[in-house]
Amino acid sequence: MSNVKANLEVLPKGLQAALALGLIALVACPFIASDFYKEMITRMMILAIFAMSLDLLQGVTGLVSLGHAAYFGLAGYALAFLTPQGEAVSLWWTLPVAVLASSLAALVIGFFVVRTHGIYFIMVTMAFAQMVFFLFFDNKVLGGSDGLYINFKPSTSIFGVSTFDLDNKTHFYFFTLICMLAVYAALRKLLFLPLGRTLGGIRVNEHRMRAVGYGTFGYKLTAFTIAGGLAGLAGYLFGAQSGYVNPELMGFHMSAHAIMMLILGGMGNFAGAIVGAFSFEILLSLFKDLPTLELFGKSIQLGKHWQLWMGTFIVLVVMFARRGLLGVFDRKSA
Amino acid sequence: MSDLSRNELLLSAKNLIKRFGGLAAVNDVSIDVYRGQIHAVIGPNGAGKSTLTNLLSGDLPLTSGSIKLVNSNITGWSPERISKHGLGRSFQKTNVFLPFTVFENVRLAAHFDLMRTEKAIELAQLTHYAHTAASQMSHGGQRQLEIAMALATNPDVLILDEPLAGMGQEEAQRMIALLQSIKPRYAILLVEHDMDAVFALSDKLTVMVDGTVIATGSPAAIRMDKRVQAAYLGEAHE
Repeated sequence: MSNVKANLEVLPKGLQAALALGLIALVACPFIASDFYKEMITRMMILAIFAMSLDLLQGVTGLVSLGHAAYFGLAGYALAFLTPQGEAVSLWWTLPVAVLASSLAALVIGFFVVRTHGIYFIMVTMAFAQMVFFLFFDNKVLGGSDGLYINFKPSTSIFGVSTFDLDNKTHFYFFTLICMLAVYAALRKLLFLPLGRTLGGIRVNEHRMRAVGYGTFGYKLTAFTIAGGLAGLAGYLFGAQSGYVNPELMGFHMSAHAIMMLILGGMGNFAGAIVGAFSFEILLSLFKDLPTLELFGKSIQLGKHWQLWMGTFIVLVVMFARRGLLGVFDRKSA
Repeated sequence: MSDLSRNELLLSAKNLIKRFGGLAAVNDVSIDVYRGQIHAVIGPNGAGKSTLTNLLSGDLPLTSGSIKLVNSNITGWSPERISKHGLGRSFQKTNVFLPFTVFENVRLAAHFDLMRTEKAIELAQLTHYAHTAASQMSHGGQRQLEIAMALATNPDVLILDEPLAGMGQEEAQRMIALLQSIKPRYAILLVEHDMDAVFALSDKLTVMVDGTVIATGSPAAIRMDKRVQAAYLGEAHE
């Protein structure tokens, strides 16, 4: 089986058709759905960008990070710091600044962590993320454990001319959809460029890559930095949508959720990251809404234990769909 | 190729020592390899042959000694820097990108240079398998792919660590023919256990035992060397 098939890098026709249908549904959704669902799907798309950023690191390059949420949260905080108390701030410079801040943090942290391998890489990424988490958690100037409010959504006007309004949920929805599609298209393109193939080579056999003349450190650091920047894009949108950031955005759970999204959807092709993020959020809603059962005179709130059901589901996926939900579409090369 | 270029010294290692704790796996080994020459290193298991190849390719750091590759002192260089400077290698244990196709494997090794990719695939006689996944290749095919990847790095020197390991007779013959066909272009250091192949292919042999060189010379001289016969070749080649 070639790597292309193993990772579903070239998506089978049936899967492409299913994804196209999904895209049509996403475009149509704001015209029929209530604001509640628009917000929910916007959040899913933001998390899909976050999951795709991790996929570049984990699915393509083979670097399993347990600290990826640090870059997600940092960009959200960047927006919070850049937004004044009494007025909106321009999207057009705060977005690049926030993404740049996350990329820079990833570059600095990556400089140290990509020197490590395997379990050490996982632990060091987590350690750095926890350092960032506690820096914000323990520091009142940075908002402390309560976090920070973002009172105004970023303004989109250019030279005083308003383009679209992020306070409008439909506009925010479409802006996020465009961001998600742009990230997907860019990462899919990268996958087949020399950089993407080189990162794939590092995932499969780093030792051999060095033997044929690749300085793998630089490539891994590049992937780490790009992934950090894209996580920052997601974090910025998350902060803008919710109007609130707190240290939990940078916490271990957030990083672990992103990994679960990739396991659910399938790694190494970015489409799996999108499917995983949507599936994860839908399952989360379903499990949280499970009813309360009356058994032997005791009431058991099934929804309260959603982690148990989610964990069980992930275990089943790992056991019976090793390549995630996307892999189910491609039984022949499994 | 002219006689002058055939005599070009491309790899020169002097007094290499590698210690693991108290054990000297390679002890004061010197070796010179010229273009157009196959210089074989033989010896029983544990003689230090693979350690020597790993020292030359930068995979292991030296305890002491020096290595010159194409007129540059490469002592202490990283494997990737040594590779870029003209040393290609294959590994004792097949070390390719198993999920990738033959073409993708070689293209990576060639740093995406299409001409070099195609030339290396052709030289290694893998043209018909270019779009086959490496994992689907026979053992012999994977060993050929190892050679193709080494060739694709555009080397002057090739270090081939047991290219015939685990091969059937037919596959081995194909590999021997392949090595003979590429020999004039490169300086080749060959580590191999198949004595028939070694004596058929090599211009010069170095025999190692317990990390030390006990003899260096032409195949005929090595055959006659009493120390080699006693230590390694045994009655089979007497």
